[in-house]
Amino acid sequence: MERNPKMLIYGEDVAGNKGGVFTATKGLTAKFGSERVFNSPLAEASIVGTAIGLAIRGFKPVVEIQFADYIWPAMMQIRDELTMLRYRSNNSWSCPVVIRVPVGGYIHGGHYHSQCIESIFAHLPGIRLCFPSNAADAKGLLKTACREEDPVLFMEHKALYRQSFAASPEPDANYLLPFGIAKVKREGTDITVITYGMMVQRSLEAAQKLEEQGVSVEVIDLRTLNPLDTEMMLKSVKKTGKVLIVHEDTLTAGFGAELAAIVAKEAFQYLDAPIQRVGAKDTPVPYAPTLEDAVLPSERVITKALEELAAY
Amino acid sequence: MAQVEVIMPKLGESIMEGTILKWYKRPGEMIKKDETLLEISTDKVDSEIPSPATGIVSQILVEEQKTVPVETVIALIEVEGPVAAGVQPEAPGAKPVEKKVEVLRPAAPSPTRPAEVKTQRFYSPLILNIAREEGVSIAELETIPGTGSEGRLTKKDLLDYVARRKAGAVGAPPAVAPSAIRVGETVLTKPEEGIEIIKMDHIRKSIAEHMVRSVHTSAHVGAVSECDMSNVVQFMAKHGEGFKAREGFKLTYMPFIIQSAVKALKDFPLVNSSIDGDRVILKKFINVGIAVALENGLIVPVIKRADQMSLVQLARSVYDLSTRARTKKLLPEEVQNGTFSITNYGVFGNILGTPIIHQPQVAILGVGAVKKYPVIINDAIAIRPMVYLSLSFDHRLIDGALGGMFLQKVVEYLEKFDTNQSLL
Repeated sequence: MERNPKMLIYGEDVAGNKGGVFTATKGLTAKFGSERVFNSPLAEASIVGTAIGLAIRGFKPVVEIQFADYIWPAMMQIRDELTMLRYRSNNSWSCPVVIRVPVGGYIHGGHYHSQCIESIFAHLPGIRLCFPSNAADAKGLLKTACREEDPVLFMEHKALYRQSFAASPEPDANYLLPFGIAKVKREGTDITVITYGMMVQRSLEAAQKLEEQGVSVEVIDLRTLNPLDTEMMLKSVKKTGKVLIVHEDTLTAGFGAELAAIVAKEAFQYLDAPIQRVGAKDTPVPYAPTLEDAVLPSERVITKALEELAAY
Repeated sequence: MAQVEVIMPKLGESIMEGTILKWYKRPGEMIKKDETLLEISTDKVDSEIPSPATGIVSQILVEEQKTVPVETVIALIEVEGPVAAGVQPEAPGAKPVEKKVEVLRPAAPSPTRPAEVKTQRFYSPLILNIAREEGVSIAELETIPGTGSEGRLTKKDLLDYVARRKAGAVGAPPAVAPSAIRVGETVLTKPEEGIEIIKMDHIRKSIAEHMVRSVHTSAHVGAVSECDMSNVVQFMAKHGEGFKAREGFKLTYMPFIIQSAVKALKDFPLVNSSIDGDRVILKKFINVGIAVALENGLIVPVIKRADQMSLVQLARSVYDLSTRARTKKLLPEEVQNGTFSITNYGVFGNILGTPIIHQPQVAILGVGAVKKYPVIINDAIAIRPMVYLSLSFDHRLIDGALGGMFLQKVVEYLEKFDTNQSLL
């Protein structure tokens, strides 16, 4: 905001002392004024639609959709206008909107406050997807997003907002994290876990369990899904020969299917086991905590999948 | 200039790898399309492989005696210009397509026979990759115990094995001792005065394995009968010269014996069957294998659907298969799917033999030399061309009565051969 006077922040309840339901923008109105940080009507299509117009006219709108579950009214704007503007203007226009959106479950929020949406947006050419797993990455990626010339869907996991394991020291105030660079969160030699977002932590816990059993698991945090760091993925798979893909989104046609296809094509000769996936069961996320536990991937399920892979 | 890849051809459905026996060309030498480039050996057969293109052999990537999986690129041939002989460009001016030696790929084996699977174990792409890099053959892989689920060979199992092999802990392909003399693939060492140790070649190992397995599998029993070949000899005397002039090769006893055996097999179909556990697999078609002696062993090419062939067709087939067997031009499928076999030790002058059954068949007919003997006919002594026919059969399925009746039928068809028929 300090760097770019054209940057605007708006969305449902983002202004003032509230700063969004997760307080991500708290205090920004006081600092930058209600001309630049303000509340929008409860109308997602109009939030994205106006952001597209502003972006075309030289602003840098960084808008918030309160929950991923509410993004669908804006889908037509995103799919048909936002992602396509550069293409249909023959590269003479760009549409640098950043859409921040809290995603994911594990908060007992039920089916309207728990959705993961990345697979649907990963299908759209023309929009960048960030899905950080910790605070430092989130900051570095968000700053990069705010300087991008293309649309970015910035997914923030609700369950990570206040987790101690997601807290990470800020490398330095000016640091930027470029898109498309995954991170090896844990080195290993026997199995590669490819994951992102909330599942990074779950996978690290499972990897720890496997270490106790003498199996060395490498965990890769993709950080951005578009662009995708296939190079790091494949390098790791070629080293270990076994792959587990973990995501929180439902399994069928999830982003893991895309990752599995890439690995199968590019690293087939290096595979020593079938590619495995762990994802949520193919249902809405239930409200009841016990049922939510049963549906969303747990450290236990990841551990079991890793044990099967290790034994294969 | 363009490069054409020569690949290890897949000479049959079940064949996963091949061993290069000999390169006929060295890098830098010219080769014409279809000229023999190399000789390979597979589980089934040794074959000469023609060049897929005309050009200069630029690189030989796999040396002699090495075993590689099918489809592996084994050599490169540099061909002239954008449109090289034998290499069809996709479009005018396009680069030559890399032609594989497709012509050598036979059709899949007939569905009447369950595909022969050499390995029961699954190997992951990674395992096969490591095995290739480390020079571990499929046969060698089979010997490594697997610790994965259901005994699968894991990466770790293989890497451990390779490490142990490198350390000399397992029987690796032995390093040649300083005193060794290398003659082709034969390694001769002289451990003691007057003794030579010769490494078995591929075909010898296959024969050894097959023979022992057959003796362990079947309850071999033998029967011998004498057979008066007068009619056949008379017929051959009458038609032999004309046949040779017409066909370009000599008429032999074999087609007559095959034809008689085929007729007898139709009379006693159980002899044309095989055993699978507690089931008898009765074949409604008759494919006759004929044993052909080679310089370094033996091979049994198969006359497919011999029951549908005339005498002349049988004669042509015998000639064709035995000629190609000797020149190593047989395709693997041509040595598969036999339902009954005939071996002719008579060509060496022997009169009697006790052949070993060609698994999974249940009988084999041995043919001795046709010789003149004094025989008693109507209480008078006559001189007749006689042959001893011996039948080895599997007593698990065929009892003495059936074996005996079958053999007598063969004799009967030969003795009653109609000399008035024409040879077409």
